[in-house]
Amino acid sequence: MSSEEAFVSIRGMSFSRGNRLIFNNIDLDIPRGKVTAIMGPSGTGKTTLLRLIGGQILPDVGTIEVDGHNVPTLKRTQLFELRKKSMGMLFQSGALFTDLSVFDNVAFPIRLHSDLPESMVRDLVLMKLEAVGLRGARDLMPAELSGGMARRVALARSVALDPEMILYDEPFTGLDPISLGITVKLIKSLNDALSLTSVLVTHDVEEACTIADYVCLLSEGGVIGFDTPENLIENGSEQVRQFMQGKPDGPVPFHFPANDFSEDLLKGVK
Amino acid sequence: MRTRLMELAVGAFIVMGIIGLIVMALRVSGLSATDAGDKYTIKAYFENLGGLTERAKVSMSGVTIGRVSKVYLDTEDYVAVVEMEINKSMSTLTLDTSAAILTAGLLGEKYIGLTVGAEDEYLADGDVIEDTQSALVLEELIGQFLFSKAEE
Amino acid sequence: MLKLIDKILDSIQALGNASLGRLQALGRAGVFLLSSLMWGGPGSAGFGDLVKQIYSIGVRSLSIIIVAGFFVGMVLGLQGYTILSDFGSEAALGTMVSLTLLRELGPVVTALLFAGRAGSALTAEIGLMKATEQISAMEMMGVDPLKRIITPRLWAGFISMPILALLFSLVGIWGGAYVGINMLGVDEGAYWGNMQASVEFYDDIIKGLIKSLVFGLVVTWIAVYQGFDSIPTSEGISKATTQTVVVASLAVLGLDFVLTAIMLGSI
Repeated sequence: MSSEEAFVSIRGMSFSRGNRLIFNNIDLDIPRGKVTAIMGPSGTGKTTLLRLIGGQILPDVGTIEVDGHNVPTLKRTQLFELRKKSMGMLFQSGALFTDLSVFDNVAFPIRLHSDLPESMVRDLVLMKLEAVGLRGARDLMPAELSGGMARRVALARSVALDPEMILYDEPFTGLDPISLGITVKLIKSLNDALSLTSVLVTHDVEEACTIADYVCLLSEGGVIGFDTPENLIENGSEQVRQFMQGKPDGPVPFHFPANDFSEDLLKGVK
Repeated sequence: MRTRLMELAVGAFIVMGIIGLIVMALRVSGLSATDAGDKYTIKAYFENLGGLTERAKVSMSGVTIGRVSKVYLDTEDYVAVVEMEINKSMSTLTLDTSAAILTAGLLGEKYIGLTVGAEDEYLADGDVIEDTQSALVLEELIGQFLFSKAEE
Repeated sequence: MLKLIDKILDSIQALGNASLGRLQALGRAGVFLLSSLMWGGPGSAGFGDLVKQIYSIGVRSLSIIIVAGFFVGMVLGLQGYTILSDFGSEAALGTMVSLTLLRELGPVVTALLFAGRAGSALTAEIGLMKATEQISAMEMMGVDPLKRIITPRLWAGFISMPILALLFSLVGIWGGAYVGINMLGVDEGAYWGNMQASVEFYDDIIKGLIKSLVFGLVVTWIAVYQGFDSIPTSEGISKATTQTVVVASLAVLGLDFVLTAIMLGSI
């Protein structure tokens, strides 16, 4: 665990969906001002963890403190206030409002949460769009954007209110190499320029290692590693190294838990 | 420009609704401007209403000049009391105006027909029409007819 | 024997389970309606949003309503004439057409068409917003989706429906007049005169409008709720859309009976 001040601090948190325990009593600190990548095999609840931090779902037990506020116990209005002030989230699909233009999408949170005059809103929006390199695309509708562009617009929208933390849900999935490079660069530069805390959920070990200050590895309901990428690759347990190096079989089994295969085949004969 | 067109369309839609309501009121329900104006109430006692209901027409020479507003039974004299609202524009009903319960067509609805008399003074709000003629009840008519035949 | 009892118990349990589920859904929908309306008046989410919704819900349903109204009116004229002429009372055609439209067919048929035209579109739109995480995105911006998405749509339905129903009846009465007067030779004066004599502004027109206000609220409520509660997959959204049309249509017909009973009782 790092010695730096934690922006998000999770203590003794468990969460289950149906009968499946997704998190089992986990502790986790996400340091302020750094890029933290949350990684792990599919289905370990990485996106669920983001939603828990964002307060969209509630844990069964435990605390999730964001900037000193325990998210699960906040009232609806307090939660909205916290999200408005200190959280931005970039969704996998971008989640742009399809009936608004690029400009209006970015302006949406600013117009709703401030009484700024329209000329100032315009300036702010253009600044954000310039930062993601899409100032020229302001009059396009979301349907006219490519996937990479849509994600950049969404990024501009999530930083529109200058949040203290941005949660990225799978920001690298489904992008061509150029867009991928742009996105990686943007996340890093935004993080440094605005001194944000960034949390990103990803499968992409290589990209994550280039920009993340810390990597948090999740598996089977718990945190199995939290360190700098270099340390994890070199000194992590066998399980950690299996993931970081992408080996198909190892401590994390290739097979979904099942009964004995030959037994299963024989059953069909009966 | 897009929003402007949209706003225009919505504005036109609402205006259509309002105009529709006005047309409905005037053309379909025959609500006229004077109808909505001031009214005054007069009363009449009848032996038998024969199916006259509230909101029935009150007419004079076939022209509607008001509506029946209330129908109830006077529990002392056991006669039916009809209150009717007459348009203020028809303020010249003489004191000896007579009221009759009539039927529109053979099976049509009941209404009240007023006929003015010759007095100089006019009925005011709350006054009572003395000269009334009850509804013709078919069974009674037939009964009377048979009775008179039998007497012959 | 024991097996049979078991089976019976099982089906009773299934029934109970299903009714509990229904009840729960109803409760959720009720809370949903209350909390969306609690956000206040029609303009509370911005006047622009309301205008936009009235446009897509109301104005764009106008053509189907007017065409349908005209045809329904013409059919009423035709049928009414054949029935009434048996009794030699064709003169009552105007009365029949107008009362049928104003009291029943106007509000009910409009609501049914509205459920099919605007209700299904609303459900699909909101379901897709959910599937593409737009609703989550809104929540994460600290914006209440009930206030931004649902409230303007509810109000738009509430405002549009009576206007549509009114225009439906109006066009229908003219459709009946067209068939009756121009094609079948009913006397024009009799058509309008008898209509005016028997149609009451409050009892027929206003009460019809009250019905369509209720229908407007209920149909839009069902539509937005189904969209909001849908499972965000293509299958879930198609199911929710079907549900909207089915549930809304049944609700309209059922409520129509209740409202008619109340209104006739109070006369």
